[in-house]
Amino acid sequence: MHKKPIVYPYIPNSAPETKAAMMKEVGVTDPMQLYEEIPEHLKYTQEMKLPEPILDEYSIRRHTDEILGKNKTCCEYLSFLGAGCAQHFVPAVCDEINGRGEFLTAYVGESMGDHGKWQALFEYCSLMGELMDMDILSIPMYDGGQAASSSLRMANRINDRKKVLVPASMSPEIFTIAQNYLNSVPAPEIEIVKIGFDSNTGLMDLNDLKKNISADVSAVFIENPSYLGFIETQAEEIGKIAREAGAEFIVYTDPISLGVMEAPANYGASITCGDYHPLGLHLGAGGCQGGFIATHDDMKYISEFKDLMFGLTDTLQDGEWGFGEVLFDRTSYGSRDKGKEFTGTSTGLWAITAAVYLSLMGPRGMEEVGTTIMQNCQYAAKKIGELPGVKIQFSSPSFKEFVVNFDMTGKSVAEINKHLLEFKIFGGKDLSKEFPQFGQSALYCITEVHQHKDLDKLVYALQGVISC
Amino acid sequence: MKKLGVIVNPVAGMGGRVGLKGSDGIEILRRAREMGAEPESPRRAIEALKIIAKLKNEIEVLAYPDEMGADECSQAGLEPEVIGSIKSGETSPEDTMEAAREMAQKGVDLILFAGGDGTARNIYTAIGAKIPVLGIPAGVKIHSAVYAINPRSAGEVASLYLQGQVVNIREAEVMDIDEEAFRQGRVNARLYGYLKVPVERRVQSVKSGARSEQAEMEGMAAEVAANMEKDTLYIIGPGTTTRTIMERLELPNTLLGVDVVFNRELVANDVGEKQLFNLLEQHKGKAHIVVTAIGGQGHVFGRGNQQISPRVIRLVGKNNIIVVASREKLVALQPHPLLVDTGDPDLDQELSGYVRVVTGWEDSIMYRISNDAD
Amino acid sequence: MARQKKLLRDNYHQARWDESIIFELSVPGERGVLVPLACPGVVSQVGDGVSAIPANLRRKKAPALPEVNQMRVNRHFYHLSQETLGTDVTLGISEGTCTMKYSPKVQEHMAARHPGIVNVHPLQDPETMQGMLEIYYQVEQFLKEISGMDAFSLQPGGGAHGVYANASMIRAYHRARGDNNRTEIITTMFSHPCDAATPNTAGFKVITLMPDESGYPDLEAMKAALSERTAGIMITNPEDTGIYNPRIEEYVKAAHAVGALCSYDQANANGMLGIHRAREAGFDMCHFNLHKTFSAPHGCMGPATGAIGVKEFLKPFLPVPRVEFDGQKYILNSNYPESIGKVRSYFGNANVVLKSYMWIMQHGAEGLKEAAICSVLNNQYFMKKIAAIPGIVIWYAKGKRRLEQVRYSWEKLKQDTGVGTDDVNKRIVDFGIEHYWTSHHPWVVPEPFTLEPCESYNKEDLDEYVEVLQQISKEAYADANFVKTAPHKAASHRPTHEAIDEAELIAVTWRQYQKKHGKK
Repeated sequence: MHKKPIVYPYIPNSAPETKAAMMKEVGVTDPMQLYEEIPEHLKYTQEMKLPEPILDEYSIRRHTDEILGKNKTCCEYLSFLGAGCAQHFVPAVCDEINGRGEFLTAYVGESMGDHGKWQALFEYCSLMGELMDMDILSIPMYDGGQAASSSLRMANRINDRKKVLVPASMSPEIFTIAQNYLNSVPAPEIEIVKIGFDSNTGLMDLNDLKKNISADVSAVFIENPSYLGFIETQAEEIGKIAREAGAEFIVYTDPISLGVMEAPANYGASITCGDYHPLGLHLGAGGCQGGFIATHDDMKYISEFKDLMFGLTDTLQDGEWGFGEVLFDRTSYGSRDKGKEFTGTSTGLWAITAAVYLSLMGPRGMEEVGTTIMQNCQYAAKKIGELPGVKIQFSSPSFKEFVVNFDMTGKSVAEINKHLLEFKIFGGKDLSKEFPQFGQSALYCITEVHQHKDLDKLVYALQGVISC
Repeated sequence: MKKLGVIVNPVAGMGGRVGLKGSDGIEILRRAREMGAEPESPRRAIEALKIIAKLKNEIEVLAYPDEMGADECSQAGLEPEVIGSIKSGETSPEDTMEAAREMAQKGVDLILFAGGDGTARNIYTAIGAKIPVLGIPAGVKIHSAVYAINPRSAGEVASLYLQGQVVNIREAEVMDIDEEAFRQGRVNARLYGYLKVPVERRVQSVKSGARSEQAEMEGMAAEVAANMEKDTLYIIGPGTTTRTIMERLELPNTLLGVDVVFNRELVANDVGEKQLFNLLEQHKGKAHIVVTAIGGQGHVFGRGNQQISPRVIRLVGKNNIIVVASREKLVALQPHPLLVDTGDPDLDQELSGYVRVVTGWEDSIMYRISNDAD
Repeated sequence: MARQKKLLRDNYHQARWDESIIFELSVPGERGVLVPLACPGVVSQVGDGVSAIPANLRRKKAPALPEVNQMRVNRHFYHLSQETLGTDVTLGISEGTCTMKYSPKVQEHMAARHPGIVNVHPLQDPETMQGMLEIYYQVEQFLKEISGMDAFSLQPGGGAHGVYANASMIRAYHRARGDNNRTEIITTMFSHPCDAATPNTAGFKVITLMPDESGYPDLEAMKAALSERTAGIMITNPEDTGIYNPRIEEYVKAAHAVGALCSYDQANANGMLGIHRAREAGFDMCHFNLHKTFSAPHGCMGPATGAIGVKEFLKPFLPVPRVEFDGQKYILNSNYPESIGKVRSYFGNANVVLKSYMWIMQHGAEGLKEAAICSVLNNQYFMKKIAAIPGIVIWYAKGKRRLEQVRYSWEKLKQDTGVGTDDVNKRIVDFGIEHYWTSHHPWVVPEPFTLEPCESYNKEDLDEYVEVLQQISKEAYADANFVKTAPHKAASHRPTHEAIDEAELIAVTWRQYQKKHGKK
């Protein structure tokens, strides 16, 4: 007995009447005749071993809900995890706009039928440009790791030098991405040298920097604020050292710090890059990252961007805004032969979201959010640092994150974090593997979403955990 | 207001219809007329000019008298300012040259001409690459690359150019063959020079990920230069494509001739066959030949670079030939192969097969090369 | 008179809000949103907080962001969304090679609203995100079955990114064997340009094969290109032309014979689900775009996922961490010393993976195959109708059945009327249809356009599209200029500069525009 064929709601022509009519139209009696170009032995004749389908919408929702329900979330739990993906306040309008179907489901249409998309992405670049105090951005990249990696390659193309200097304190996540990206066949295309840092302040060891800087150095890269949370207070001097050697000075920054912290451009950065995740995006299990690169208005830099740029122009209709593609060839000015890169689908929807966020926040909002983060962070560090056996690793000022050392408590971070779960708290990221020199240390992330009571709860819980 | 100059070679294309190869030379023309040949070029010129006539109120048009342009313009609905003088019915290459000169003097922005290889060559001789020109293909022999693919396209591209719209300027080869030899079944084409030609520019879509031809050629030059071996002669063939390599090396270059490089230094400019062979012998044949596809039919050897003779090629060896060309050029050739016509059939046979054409930085295309133009 | 049912939307007009740039909407003093301030109990302990920042790193001049009230911000971006042709409002058939499917709303709502993904931190203890890891693990199992490969990573953030990761693995594989002389990758003219660009980024030289007269990549040319320097071949099948290359095995065998790896770009896999797999064709690795074949939307160019699959012997080279199941629970395993490391932070775009999970679960084996069959059926039906439109030519493979897409040509229309594919592409939005995808450059097929009527579209959708093309063809023959000045009814007109190359015209940000052009 034949089963009744399933009509799938997302496959309209699976309706038997239509399907039969269309098959007749194209002259086949069996669907497999559509595939007559594929040799028989290359056809897959078995049934794929996939689970039985869940056909109706209610049941698939229920099923998925049950799986996702196994996750503990950062609403139920108080989270102090950051390390490149911090929990921030997301205005409702951000979700409203990135849920708009037109944006959600558009792709690569031209600037007439997709005028709104072009304008929104132009505005993303424009708003980010104000934050960075720089004129040039392209449409976004995969994440901060990609932005850092491409910045290093841009520097290499600009000055044709083969060595980059990075702080040993940098994000291991980004370092690994960059390491693969700067690798090449047959030999490493660009050598990465890690510069040491002071374990009491976190600041870069300038003597080590001076020892390694030379006319072979393509770029000096720093993070500010850094992965480990401290503010690199010598940034200006590092920039000077880089410039004097003819190297690019690349600063990886946290855009949400820039209402209170100086834009890297104003302390010497020639390339600013980072991840715009803090600007209106949820945690999304890591799925809401997005990279950016900004530079000054100089053809030397503009021509080295790997991704598309949308330029504001006029249209044939007087008084109408239009958009064109800027330097599509890019290489008419550049030096592509010093290392090509590719472009592709990245994170457009998140960039539009960041544009909404910055439009809502305005200059006041950015200043306020930066201030709140500084205050909450200092409060938390102060209180945690007062706990017995607990030490705040760095004496330097920090933004949003700081390293907490638990060595003297006799407890490992893993143990502490396990216990914290009982308090419905996600403790800071365990650094004991990434930075063994800090022993049992964790990276705590404090933002504007943490209220006084949250911070006190953390301190209370930590106290309980370390004394038990 | 933009100014357009129109020149029609009224006898171009006459030979073809009656099986004569080309129509250069008064005698041939007479024979062609006797055999009942009709001029091809006026009809084709009108087809192109009709498209331009839509811009009638936005441009000024200059034309040579009667059948050399004025007639065609009027029939297409244009009202040209007629300059110069000719003897109707007995026009000559000198008239074409004079027309080009006068138009250049009057400051036209573009010369649109109808003709064949001879016409292009006349214009090149008269004014060089001073102003952009565009050919309406009407001749029997089209080896030059200065022509639009058809009359309509010539009209379209000229219109875009005159309206200041997206158009690129490309240097295109002016080639011509010895017509007498051609009629006797031998092809002996020369590269005479380059004219500036407007080409339609495509705004590339966001997905395409392509690069401009110019940029790719700079990458190609960098690639060839980066892979140059020490203590090896490099024989650089003629053309604008190979010129980019000499520019990359910052060496003086002979556009229409063969240059020789050794350890990134110039050995000699514009060498003849004998000198080339002697140099090779001195270096015990340790050499590479760098050539590009010349002309509309994609000749790698045998057109415009006869200095690189069969014995030179043999001494260097097949594996030491580097072919360079742009992707655009190869795509335009499709599905025809690159051609070799060294004058030595055995060698041509040996060279046939597949060749790796360097098309950019670390970028190449496998392309068919043949001794037979399909 | 009552309206007759019709397909051609000849009365359509896109929203044209004449919207200002957000900076033009700024009113000094307005606020769009208020942000949480530190509690008094915090402030009393630490003061203003920002004094801790050394003076030279304190922001001196506030960023010149606009000051706009919330309703206006919301309205502004609503307007912009209405001036965008997403697949929710248009026929995504236009963007051939992109597989613009319907993205079922139930998936969107779960991915965007369920706290079990929205509020999960990627560095949580794996035991606290078993659900997320289960989704990852399951999707990997599904893709293994669909492709025949032995392991997958879902880390890359896009299709090109996935191909790049594959190129990186090819590099790592040969290096691990001490074979450092393999510096070349072979691809084909009709493969996606990323098959050339990404190996280049990974440091390879790239050799491209031209199509032969039938449109297949030239096998003899490939054999001539293969050598002990060949690290791998990266090819698509069917290619962007929609033509399936029946001799694909020979390409793979020839490459294997010289020790090269074979990577299958399966971005165009939609017509193949359950019909044909990378394993049977002999490939060592492949990639799928979850945002194409597996229904996640394109989001104005991302977020996306390039899922990369390999055979067992290449598994050690996949990016880390890998999601594994130890029999009791899901774990994250980074203990793969030969891994290329990471290409994307954390474990990729979880939201995209979730959508694909739900889509596959709603179809099962039979449903996936049905999707493939209907996409190919749609395409062959569509091609037959389109072939009859005056001005259109179909290159290559006469009489052969194409799979999920076709690259068409307006070559004849251009010759007859001067109206080329770029012109038609501007007119098409006047009927509410998204601009179509032409082709990458250089144009091997002249005046190209590439359409992919995947299984989401019903027969009437296809017929509507055909009517629009017919209408534009008719217009071109009657009044070419009308088509050449289109669009007439879109959100904006033709830009004065579609390509901006002159330094003095470049304005990629509002501040740059103002410096160069002053206020409009």
